[in-house]
Amino acid sequence: MAKKADEGFTPTGMVYKSTTLPKPTQKKHKSLGIKDEQLPDIFRNMYLQRRFEERAAQMYQKGKFGGFLHLYIGQEAVSAATVHVLNDDDDIISAYRVHGMALARGTSPDACMAELFGKKTGCSRGKGGSMHFFDVERHFWGGHAIVGAHIPLGAGLAMANKYQNNGRIAICFFGDGAVDQGSLNETFNMAQLWKLPVIFVVENNGYSMGTAVERHSAGQLHKRGEAYGMKNGVANGMDFFSMVDTLTDIAKEVRETNEPYFLEVKTYRYRGHSMSDPGNYRTKEELEEFKSFDPIERLKSYIIEEKVASEDELNAIVEEVEQQVLDSIEFAENSDLPDESELYDHVYVQKDFPFHT
Amino acid sequence: MPVKQFREAIREAMVEEMRKDESIIIMGEEVAEYNGAYKVTQGMLDEFGGKRIIDTPISELGFAGIGAGAAMNGLRPIIEFMTFNFALVGIDQILNNAAKIRYMSGGQISFPMVFRGPNASAGQLGATHSVAFESLYGHFPGLKVMYPSEPYDAKGLLKTAIRDNDPVIFLESEQMYAMKQEMPDEEYTIPLGVGKIKREGKDVTIVAHGKMYHVAKQAAEQLAKDGVEAEIIDPRTMKPFDFKMVIESVKKTNRCVIVDESHPFAGMASEIGFIIQRDAFDYLDAPVLRVCLPDVPAPFAKNLFEKWLPSPKEIIDAVNAVTYRN
Ligand SMILES: Cc1ncc(C[n+]2csc(CCOP(=O)(O)OP(=O)(O)O)c2C)c(N)n1
Ligand SMILES: [Mg+2]
Repeated sequence: MAKKADEGFTPTGMVYKSTTLPKPTQKKHKSLGIKDEQLPDIFRNMYLQRRFEERAAQMYQKGKFGGFLHLYIGQEAVSAATVHVLNDDDDIISAYRVHGMALARGTSPDACMAELFGKKTGCSRGKGGSMHFFDVERHFWGGHAIVGAHIPLGAGLAMANKYQNNGRIAICFFGDGAVDQGSLNETFNMAQLWKLPVIFVVENNGYSMGTAVERHSAGQLHKRGEAYGMKNGVANGMDFFSMVDTLTDIAKEVRETNEPYFLEVKTYRYRGHSMSDPGNYRTKEELEEFKSFDPIERLKSYIIEEKVASEDELNAIVEEVEQQVLDSIEFAENSDLPDESELYDHVYVQKDFPFHT
Repeated sequence: MPVKQFREAIREAMVEEMRKDESIIIMGEEVAEYNGAYKVTQGMLDEFGGKRIIDTPISELGFAGIGAGAAMNGLRPIIEFMTFNFALVGIDQILNNAAKIRYMSGGQISFPMVFRGPNASAGQLGATHSVAFESLYGHFPGLKVMYPSEPYDAKGLLKTAIRDNDPVIFLESEQMYAMKQEMPDEEYTIPLGVGKIKREGKDVTIVAHGKMYHVAKQAAEQLAKDGVEAEIIDPRTMKPFDFKMVIESVKKTNRCVIVDESHPFAGMASEIGFIIQRDAFDYLDAPVLRVCLPDVPAPFAKNLFEKWLPSPKEIIDAVNAVTYRN
């Protein structure tokens, strides 16, 4: 039986409403600098993330691959807006719920699916798995599964950019759970002190596994920036245009001032924390509420209402993406496992390192 | 040849490399304005400026991780820990990030960086400030570990470490910084993973690294007076380790004592001992012995601390045991 809410330290026995969304922007795509012809591709980008993961979950349940599988479903507007706003050579680093970000950045569904299957054609050559996607050619730096541990890496990417004066900025994503780590606080202090051109983004999806954000973090998340004098704000992560609106200003400012920014994105994950999570810590009503303003459906309706593309045209994209994802499964299944000789590859840069036996 | 201190040897290695390679930076507590907690980086701020010699807050996790991120993206950071005891609060950045991300990314990322600073005990500093970490870091694939005992080795190895494209743990010692040795003016490097026979002898092999080399040397001098000629091997690099040199020596002397300032359980000495029994079993005339710390944290009281730390006498006793002289 659940304990009374006022007993103990971390309150238990209550179901929280996880997060409240700021109002979405009323701006139309053109006033955000988005051209008509870009919109169908943005829809394609978001839908690919969604469909890829739905299929990946099926493959997981069929036992096609092992390990953990954390789905990003519901949060796709965040990744799509990020790659839309940033330059292709800006540096992106994220946590372990990372399939969407890689796909959004342009890593092929083939390489992503093959990585889930642990195949040598995977985006990390089968050495990383679901939580450790990497595509450095596309300035996508992973895929990090120790909660909060990549936050200093994100600042380090920015430090190198500033040192080399190359005009690139870095963006570092993490979950609400990571805000509680010391790594965030140490990094924020140094990033502000050293004026590093990095955007820190907490994707506040309301829960750290089964712990509602109210139960694990004191105060409002974005206010953690205040203590360091770091500019900060909140964005609606369930709406693509709102994300673009906010991020465009932030990216411009970070690039110009060479100073960090802390953005709290309010978003929601529809699926469990991982494949084994029944989700008893939240209500069905809450889940349904968030699904009712699904970012992909919302964009689809907008495109149709604005007559940028017809429903038929969008459905054709849906069909294409479906085929692309099915192809990626076939690709992954037909790909080879890494050779056993590759066990010792990629530990060191040094080619002839004398491994201890 | 000019005589130089250990700290100068390390500084020269860094200065010479930094003059040649713009991508090298140094980050750590008190490295710039204060000129280094142990004066290793003295004068470097003046020469290289605050963009390359960077004072950090007391945030080992933060600056080890920021350094690692910068290494991923084109820089070659040298991270100075005031001592490696303090690296513990940031060790995740070393063991999970610097050491493993290359592997997990299928070779897309590298960490051309050095983590350096004093290691092991330095007198009566108490339990938190007295730990030898070579066996801990050596345990993790992805890292290379060096622990030189003399200025000449330190300079040559540190240059190798800085030029290496993998993360290197470079261990020093507060108590060795003032040690002096003749140093050549001309440029040299020392290869990774190559030990050095620092004293030749036929009766017993003593393997001793870092600060313990000097304790072993004292023991060997005493033993020589009693007619026992010890061969001392200083491995210099802990990982990869020059087992070949040790095995060849043991095949000659048939006896071995390992000196290691680690605790006994799963320390460096255990590993070296294991390899000797596997690869030189038929050559051994006595069980391999080790002289290391007891399985207790460092005590403060002078008498207890002295009992805790490996001494020449313990080494002599061990040599007497393996040569059946007692
Ligand atoms: C340092 C650390 N502690 C615990 C875990 C186990 N763990 C993995 S994800 C997770 C929850 C993180 O939640 P959040 O940061 O909000 O990200 P989300 O899952 O919502 O994307 C936990 C506790 C871990 N991976 N790393
Ligand atoms: Mg969360």
